[in-house]
Amino acid sequence: MEIMENKTALNSRKAPNMRSRLTSGIVLIAIGLLIVLLFGLSLQAGMKSTFGLTPLDDKYVIPLPALVLPVQPAIYILALVSVFAGAWQLAHGTRSSTALVGVVAFCFISSFLIWATKGKSMDLVGTMNTSLVRATPIALAALCGVISERAAVVNIAIEGIMLVSAMTSVITATVAHNLYIGLLAGILTGMIIAALHAILVIQFRVDQIISGVAINIIGTGISSFISKRFMQANIDQLNNSGILPNIPIPFVVKIPVLGPVLFENNLIVYIMLILVAIIYVLLFNTPWGLRTRAVGEHPKAADTLGINVYLTRYVNVILGGLIAGIGGAYFTIGSVGRFEKLMTAGKGFIGLAAMIFGNWNPIGALGSSLIFGFADSLQVKMQILETPIPSEFLQMAPYIVTIIVLAGVVGRVHMPAADGTPYEKQ
Amino acid sequence: MKGKATKLHTESPLPKEALKIGGYRGPNSNILQTLLIPVLAVITSLIIGAIVVVISNKAAIESYQNFFHAPGAAIIATWDAIATAYGALFYGSFGNIKELIEGIKAYYAAGDTKPILLAIYPFTESLATVTPYILAGLAVAVGFKCGLFNIGAEGQFGIGALCSAFVGYSIKGLPLYVHLPLALLAGAAGGAIWGAIPGYLKGLTGAHEVVNTIMMNYISFRLSDWLLKGPMKATGYRPVTPVIENSAMLPRFFPDPLRFNWGFFLALAVTVFVYWFLFKTTIGFEIRTVGANPAGARYAGMSIVRNFVIAMTLSGALAGLAGATQVLGIDHWVGQGFSAGYGFDSIAIALLGQSHPVGVVLAALLWGTLRSGATRMQSLAGVPIEIISIIQGLVIVFVAAPAVIRWIYRIRAIRAEQIILTRGWGG
Repeated sequence: MEIMENKTALNSRKAPNMRSRLTSGIVLIAIGLLIVLLFGLSLQAGMKSTFGLTPLDDKYVIPLPALVLPVQPAIYILALVSVFAGAWQLAHGTRSSTALVGVVAFCFISSFLIWATKGKSMDLVGTMNTSLVRATPIALAALCGVISERAAVVNIAIEGIMLVSAMTSVITATVAHNLYIGLLAGILTGMIIAALHAILVIQFRVDQIISGVAINIIGTGISSFISKRFMQANIDQLNNSGILPNIPIPFVVKIPVLGPVLFENNLIVYIMLILVAIIYVLLFNTPWGLRTRAVGEHPKAADTLGINVYLTRYVNVILGGLIAGIGGAYFTIGSVGRFEKLMTAGKGFIGLAAMIFGNWNPIGALGSSLIFGFADSLQVKMQILETPIPSEFLQMAPYIVTIIVLAGVVGRVHMPAADGTPYEKQ
Repeated sequence: MKGKATKLHTESPLPKEALKIGGYRGPNSNILQTLLIPVLAVITSLIIGAIVVVISNKAAIESYQNFFHAPGAAIIATWDAIATAYGALFYGSFGNIKELIEGIKAYYAAGDTKPILLAIYPFTESLATVTPYILAGLAVAVGFKCGLFNIGAEGQFGIGALCSAFVGYSIKGLPLYVHLPLALLAGAAGGAIWGAIPGYLKGLTGAHEVVNTIMMNYISFRLSDWLLKGPMKATGYRPVTPVIENSAMLPRFFPDPLRFNWGFFLALAVTVFVYWFLFKTTIGFEIRTVGANPAGARYAGMSIVRNFVIAMTLSGALAGLAGATQVLGIDHWVGQGFSAGYGFDSIAIALLGQSHPVGVVLAALLWGTLRSGATRMQSLAGVPIEIISIIQGLVIVFVAAPAVIRWIYRIRAIRAEQIILTRGWGG
């Protein structure tokens, strides 16, 4: 009896798997063919692509010779790999289709890069570093989203939080002549605004998205107002802080490729990377993480077990604000040293997309932030390389991919079950 | 889909919720109580705005530093700061009655129309600004009625504007009564497509419309960047479209600097249509039912997917039409960053108007006049236009959290229908 039940359960689970295996296999093969079609066919034989592995102005790293690839064979090999991955998926199916999708995405992007740099050269390591730097605020926004949504509070106010934090951190840093005090001010601002959001949605049970929208509007308004009214006229007194220096980490910075990409950044980039690890461990390996996830999945059950649902939500939203505050500080003291109105340019919203894309998981969020950052930095390179594809389309790609992922075409995202719903104690 | 269905069933205690179908508002609610919270919200926000004006006013702050020596001076300085700012705001919104009388006198004395036109300029300009706000506010309101949060009005607005501009400048030699409707329809169609995609995805896969409309916004920004730099660029340096043909322009009522046009009355007509559609047709009833209680709607045999798609398509079409009236009536060409701000403004308007078409028109009138007056306030009183955003955000907070307003003004809670606006990420 039991075995039969198990079997039917297995079968019912297998049926949709079979179908998704078929579709994903076909999609993967199609991508392989697309590589040939888009990049492979229009090539002259004997062209070469050069990828620089050592940044030009780097004084730490052990230099490596540039990577020179023959264009045509490289692209055909990559296409073959994706077709093979698709065929493998069709024939056998695999537990981690994410890995296969990753492989094929890698093939597609690499062949695109090889095709785009044909007959020219490109600073690959530099591009990777720029991707990481540009991904930093997105990843911080995504982490803010992860930490509050794991406790079932939707926070789309991140954009507004980051704008105001960017402003306060540059003002404080300029006035105090100390960038680290500026960073602290940004963090504090983030926490205060997040606390406001928390009070509105937890205490007053305002619709979480509406509260977020309102905070975004107020944040945009306040930061632009103060910028126009005070900061534009007094740039040197209020809006000229300088930027956090790059801190090369001894020894590891010498490692080729990895060194210049990872270990030669400013403080905020390191903080972001460390936070990803910390939050991952906290969420999945500590009592706090377990409580947070319980509150996010089934607040009533959590409450029954003696977890303070409201307190957990307050703590998580405010911690999220702390992280978004760091993200805000990145825009001013971490990159340009002055505030301009609307300078976050939607990075907070993109961070939310990265969070969903990364399946509410800190590491996933970092991964998808890197994709957004990569598309962002690539777009600049593409203009230099004079590719026929308009850079706007390249910038569009991550958004389209997010929509596709969200629609469940590639894998499925699992959000916290109680996400976005207020909790009423009975 | 399967998991979603069971979730919906477990979530809704039917008998209590079923009463909400069709907008039943309960015996206690009347028009005064409906208006109370929004009006108080606006007043409170304006007061907080005034405080911000005073804090940011140098003279006022300095006078407070010796408040104990000269309290009168401090109060006068405070009053001065507020009066200058809000006086300029009012003047920028409605103009000045004295100027109007002077203008009429001048007209009768010498037949000169210039002073009178100058006097009515602020007011007509406000009405011209109101036009797209009415339509965009309706767009978000229609979404709310179906339980959908269309945060993508900005993108739909931009796409609508581009489509109508394209029809406006590329087709030549048509008469006005063919060309103008065609251009308007193109705008509505563009917005409709942009709205229908998230609606369809929401219905079919449960992908949340907030994220998808945000993504569609960014796609539309990049798309319009590209279009304005390339295929749709006018000759010259600037990334703008060519000026549309005369036959595609919404006719204006007054000579040139005054931009008040037929778009305003078109928007009012559309409002009547939306009211009729939502409250007098079967589809409108279904949309409201799905919005109020999806489980009940499903029990009644209504298709959730179909209603999501219809509501989002209509919503997008309205936002697209808003963009079209802006192009065809006011700007006559499209440039970069054209739609900036309309998305959030329209959400504020829909919330303030309690998602009712009549409320939306009233809220849009308030919003448009504030926005249009703020430009004058910036130049006359030196108060940055962004103060309006602060006031706007506060209005949303207060309208969405009536408990705060009730607490401030010590109003007893009344039992009224809670408008269900969104359902978290999952749908």
